[in-house]
Amino acid sequence: MKKRSIIPFGPQHPVLPEPIHIDLVIEDETVVEAIPSVGFIHRGLEKLVEKRDFNQMAYVAERICGICSFQHGMGYCEAVEHIFGVEVPDRAKYLRTIWAELGRMHSHLLWLGLLADGFGYENLFYQCWRVREKVLDLQELTSGGRLIFSVNKVGGVIRDIPADQQRTILSTLDEVEQELYAIRDTFFEDYSVLSRLKGVGIITKEQAHDLGCAGPFARASGISTDMRKLGYAAYGDLDFEPITSNDGDSFARCYCRMQEVFQSIDLLRQAISKMPQDNELAVAVKGNPDGECFMRVEQPRGEAVYYVKANGKPNLVRMRVRTPTFANLPGLCEMLKNTQLADVGLLVLTIDPCVSCTER
Amino acid sequence: MAEVIHPLEVIEEIPAEGLLGKVMEKKNAGMRLSQACAVYNEGKYELSYSFADDTTYEYVTLRIVIDPETVIPSITDIVPQAVFYENEMKELFGVKIEMIRLDYQNKLYRIEKETPFKEEG
Amino acid sequence: MANVKRSPWLLHYDGSSCNGCDIEVLACLTPVYDAERFGVMNTGDPMQADILLVTGGINSQNASVVRQLYDQMPRPKVVVAVGVCACTGGIFKDCYNILGGADKVVPVDIYVPGCAARPQSIIDGIVQAVELFQKRSDEHDALVQSGKGM
Repeated sequence: MKKRSIIPFGPQHPVLPEPIHIDLVIEDETVVEAIPSVGFIHRGLEKLVEKRDFNQMAYVAERICGICSFQHGMGYCEAVEHIFGVEVPDRAKYLRTIWAELGRMHSHLLWLGLLADGFGYENLFYQCWRVREKVLDLQELTSGGRLIFSVNKVGGVIRDIPADQQRTILSTLDEVEQELYAIRDTFFEDYSVLSRLKGVGIITKEQAHDLGCAGPFARASGISTDMRKLGYAAYGDLDFEPITSNDGDSFARCYCRMQEVFQSIDLLRQAISKMPQDNELAVAVKGNPDGECFMRVEQPRGEAVYYVKANGKPNLVRMRVRTPTFANLPGLCEMLKNTQLADVGLLVLTIDPCVSCTER
Repeated sequence: MAEVIHPLEVIEEIPAEGLLGKVMEKKNAGMRLSQACAVYNEGKYELSYSFADDTTYEYVTLRIVIDPETVIPSITDIVPQAVFYENEMKELFGVKIEMIRLDYQNKLYRIEKETPFKEEG
Repeated sequence: MANVKRSPWLLHYDGSSCNGCDIEVLACLTPVYDAERFGVMNTGDPMQADILLVTGGINSQNASVVRQLYDQMPRPKVVVAVGVCACTGGIFKDCYNILGGADKVVPVDIYVPGCAARPQSIIDGIVQAVELFQKRSDEHDALVQSGKGM
């Protein structure tokens, strides 16, 4: 019988920008079981529906998470619009798509940087974040906010992206793409990167399905699912295929996210070229919502489910957000089994945990 | 042009006794548990268990409506990943769920206020 | 900044923030904004930190963590609350699990507003913190030299 001991991981840990706590049961250096506990960031914002009306909740929803904030606002607004049965103007749909894809780019670049930091490649970390700043500049130019835009409202958006800003986006994207090629080559070919990522933390397709994994985590294990295929916002008009890998290891997750950055660049170009030229940005929404709706959107971290239930009063009965990290936690616990203790920090990073999403 | 999928999205209302059987049925049909949540409305709990299909994007929600005193079985023996959803229901809403595979004993979020979502504001 | 003679170390703790301010604090320490040119350095160890950056509001679970981090830091020390949640609780003030801003548990010296706080204002807060740290160090030194202090 080997000696068993329990090592607490977190809440303050150098590889994590956010507090999450995991109890690791180890035998010598091998992890046998991992039990996460959350709650350091729990705010209980779903309960705010009683104090804020359904229009104000759009701004609360944006602040569930500062990284995918636009997509949270969009998912909530789409759910309420679905209950109202209103159709958002076409231009607003395209604007939402553009902001959503910019958000995906900056989120994935942020993650790639943190991953590089996780395996000790400081230079690569800084390079990723340097490129990411260009995306943030675009977000600031078009919306006025670097991270939290507050451009969504129930019925549409409140800001337009005029032609000159569209040209700036396209020219910046060309620069970003060029710089990303070098970063991609480093991630995909560098010996020291591959030695840390290849074959570590494998989740098979069956496991990923049984554990209900979402987003790039599931796609890296070969499950070709992408909620953008549902055609919300303007995704129905754009041409793309989910990016998948069959390996299911840490490198596959890195591969999927890196390729998704290029996919986002492509989607942005498509969206800008197809954007209709009307002036209407939002439709007026009259009265209060009555009904319920499940809305699914594809966030940078995977499928997010918004559940909105209303009873004809300004305040909703319930708003519930099932965030992708919440769905990926069981996958993480499974992945950590039979790994080396020294790999745990890196493996926790590979699911791209967003703790403030998880705990709300 | 990408093909837009318009999947089937339904809410099936079922009695509490039929929960485990239905969950088993969905699991055998190759669907994954996408989310589970509770609502406290007009003195009753509404529990929703949503199942998604990754290829057809079909979305089926099982809905049970119960009194606060009703004890319901855990689905974690069939779908182990429901652990976090059920612990959340139990801690935030006070839903009585028995035999959760990994029961955090109301210590998942470790909040000071007891079952904050159970009262209507 | 003229009379700054020391190079204080920063400790960042994420209270119950939405991540927005956290990644802006991180963005401050990476290229483009690079707050390290003011002589500060990021550290993960409270025992070696001089300036505590708190983001996000305080909830019942992390109140003791923030208090403990503050107590572990050697004197003199400076606390900066980054973002409106750390200042007052912000948009989440009415949530059942939020006690309020960082000043509910530790004395805050500098408040940086914004949701999310912009890197420019975070850098401004850091610069003010560095100056305040220098002032407190000088007072501390004078006290030691006069034999009244420890």
